Amino acid sequence: MLDMIWLVPFFPMVGALVNGLFGRRMPKGLVATVACGSVFLSFLVSVGAFFSLKALPPAERVFEQVIFEWIASGSTKVTLGYLLDPLSCVMILVVTGVGFLIHVYSVGYMSHDPGFSRYFTYLNLFCFAMLTLVLGNSFLVLFVGWEGVGLCSYLLIGFWFEDAAKAAAGMKAFIVNRIGDFGFLLGMFLIFWKFGTLDFVPIMKEAPEVLVAGGAIVTAITLLLFVGATGKSAQIPLYVWLPDAMAGPTPVSALIHAATMVTAGVYMIGRCNVLYSMAPTSMTVVATIGALTALFAGTIAITQYDIKKVLAYSTVSQLGYMFTAMGVGAYAAGIFHLMTHAFFKACLFLGSGSVIHGMHEEQDMRRMGGLRKHMPHTYWTFLIATIAIAGVPPLAGFFSKDEILWNAWANGFKFQWFLGFAAAGITAFYMFRLVFMTFFGKERFDPHEVHVHESPASMTVPLWILAGLSIVGGWIGIPAALGGANQFHQWLAPVMGGASEAAEGVKQAAGGLGLVSTAWASEAAGAAAEAGGHADLVAEYALMFLSVAYALLGILVAYICYIAKPDLPGKVAAKCRGLYELLYNKYFVDEIYQAVFVEGTLALATFCYAFVDVVVIDGIVNGTGLLVRSVGSGLRRFQTGQVQAYALTILLGAVILVGYYAVVASF
Amino acid sequence: MIPFEYSMGLSAVLFGLGVVGVLVRRNVIVLLMCVELMLNAVNLAFVTVADHLNSVEGLLYVFFVMTVAAAEAAVGLAIVVSLYRARRAVHADEISLLKG
Repeated sequence: MLDMIWLVPFFPMVGALVNGLFGRRMPKGLVATVACGSVFLSFLVSVGAFFSLKALPPAERVFEQVIFEWIASGSTKVTLGYLLDPLSCVMILVVTGVGFLIHVYSVGYMSHDPGFSRYFTYLNLFCFAMLTLVLGNSFLVLFVGWEGVGLCSYLLIGFWFEDAAKAAAGMKAFIVNRIGDFGFLLGMFLIFWKFGTLDFVPIMKEAPEVLVAGGAIVTAITLLLFVGATGKSAQIPLYVWLPDAMAGPTPVSALIHAATMVTAGVYMIGRCNVLYSMAPTSMTVVATIGALTALFAGTIAITQYDIKKVLAYSTVSQLGYMFTAMGVGAYAAGIFHLMTHAFFKACLFLGSGSVIHGMHEEQDMRRMGGLRKHMPHTYWTFLIATIAIAGVPPLAGFFSKDEILWNAWANGFKFQWFLGFAAAGITAFYMFRLVFMTFFGKERFDPHEVHVHESPASMTVPLWILAGLSIVGGWIGIPAALGGANQFHQWLAPVMGGASEAAEGVKQAAGGLGLVSTAWASEAAGAAAEAGGHADLVAEYALMFLSVAYALLGILVAYICYIAKPDLPGKVAAKCRGLYELLYNKYFVDEIYQAVFVEGTLALATFCYAFVDVVVIDGIVNGTGLLVRSVGSGLRRFQTGQVQAYALTILLGAVILVGYYAVVASF
Repeated sequence: MIPFEYSMGLSAVLFGLGVVGVLVRRNVIVLLMCVELMLNAVNLAFVTVADHLNSVEGLLYVFFVMTVAAAEAAVGLAIVVSLYRARRAVHADEISLLKG
């Protein structure tokens, strides 16, 4: 079964080719069958690969399949191949599983769109690129997928390109991602320079010997790779494209901009955990950026009225949690949250799509309300996913988010823990604000004009499946403190196991140099050893209790604000006018970027055009011509056309020459 | 026997006359004649020096110069004839088509 993993990206590629080349002439049913079927086949192969991998002993759960030799130049060899290990196995299951559900949902959602076959071509192409990204056996193959998903993201955000704003949103996403990709490329160059290869397996094996733990090079590599991750995974300072990316069709937001593509950065750090563990400075940066993003985006989400914008900022915030997990060394917890987030956030986005569909393209929550009665399936699934993201046990979000916060605390990242903890209650608040404004209260639209209807089964069935996963998805990672076995950690241990060894290396290297900034490394190692310790257990229970209480508090505040006393939010906003405006306008980040980077770039371009090009370059070119011209017009006076004048010149020349030799040379 | 200096002096005078004629006269035919004069002045110098040095090499050159002079006269006169046919002009200062 493992030999067949090449089929996982292959099926969506064939689907994209068939729909892309013949989709226009095919009936919609056939297009949908090809698109959904190809992803479903991939899912089946992925499940088969999972069980084959599980049958192997944990230490041998690495399978590399080389498809062909891609670049062979001298001693440099780059192969295009796939690497299946527990980490990529989780990723392909999430991508194909959630991807399949969203494909099915899209059939209903996009049924009336004239670009039906184009949409599914892009969606299949995306699945192909994403699976290439997670299965790639080297940084280069990963990068191919990385750029491929960026392209598909661009194509799908600007899917309705007749609308200039939507096309602009697509370009914004692409350009912001290119900034991050530049860092990623530099990181790759550094890796190639040090290792002479880009393949994951040898790099991760040789890293402790090739690189100095805690040294400048490994720090530079990891920070540059992280720059790429901030672009792709929408972290500060490159998160600005994700809220705009909501211009695309809602299932696209669910698949690309919530469940899969934006988690590529998290996956990439998980894949390079050995490198990151050797660079404590980078780890601190990753954790701090992640935690800051989690809180920052969460506060923006409080004030937004566009149902998709709230979810978009919520996604940015949740991605921040994942990076916090990566930064504090809890790689498995980060991947765990990635998976559970894929379930409940896909469910939320698809639910919002269902609402938008039922409300006839209305996205403003101020014109919704009371939809509970009209769309029961959407309501219930949305509510389940909301409880899951809010972190209420025993739903999925509780286990994954709490594990991240606990790891941050236990590994000594108290500041990052605090930011993440603060964001947790805010998450509960804004998500329930969304639910209460949309599904509860009075209808703030005219029911006679807007005929709200429940979505068809092709949309509600995926919703229910995802809602179910949002409930049970966390149970595979129940921590030991709650009597669980945390199977998810054990599953990922072969990939993430190297990290603790590298952390030891950092500790030793730093110890030799007498540095003190290694509290992190010692605590990381210590946390693993003392996981069962009594004092830690008490702290873990206490933190768990705190975060659940805090989440419930957030829900209660949302209830008071939007159900019990609906005029309260307006009063609070009026009282804190400045703060409200700041949050409502998203901290003016877009405006600042516009003023500094966009206007700055334009000013630079104007300078290059008006001065460098027009004055300097044109001046040199025209000056050369002018010089030749004026010298020529001066010299043409000698060309009289009079034969006798020429003869006189010859005579003078002859006299001078003869005179020179006769007078000067004879002495 | 004419002294060496006399012959060389005559050659120089003839050459000078030719140069002045080329520079100052307007008629193209006269110009050609002056060129002939210069060539023959040089011939005279060659012969004189050959005699003075008791060598035949100078005499050899005289034959070359005479051949060239004949060819030059033929080509030059042909040009003058066709120039006169085309432009009705035989004055050097009237023919300045190559003026810059």
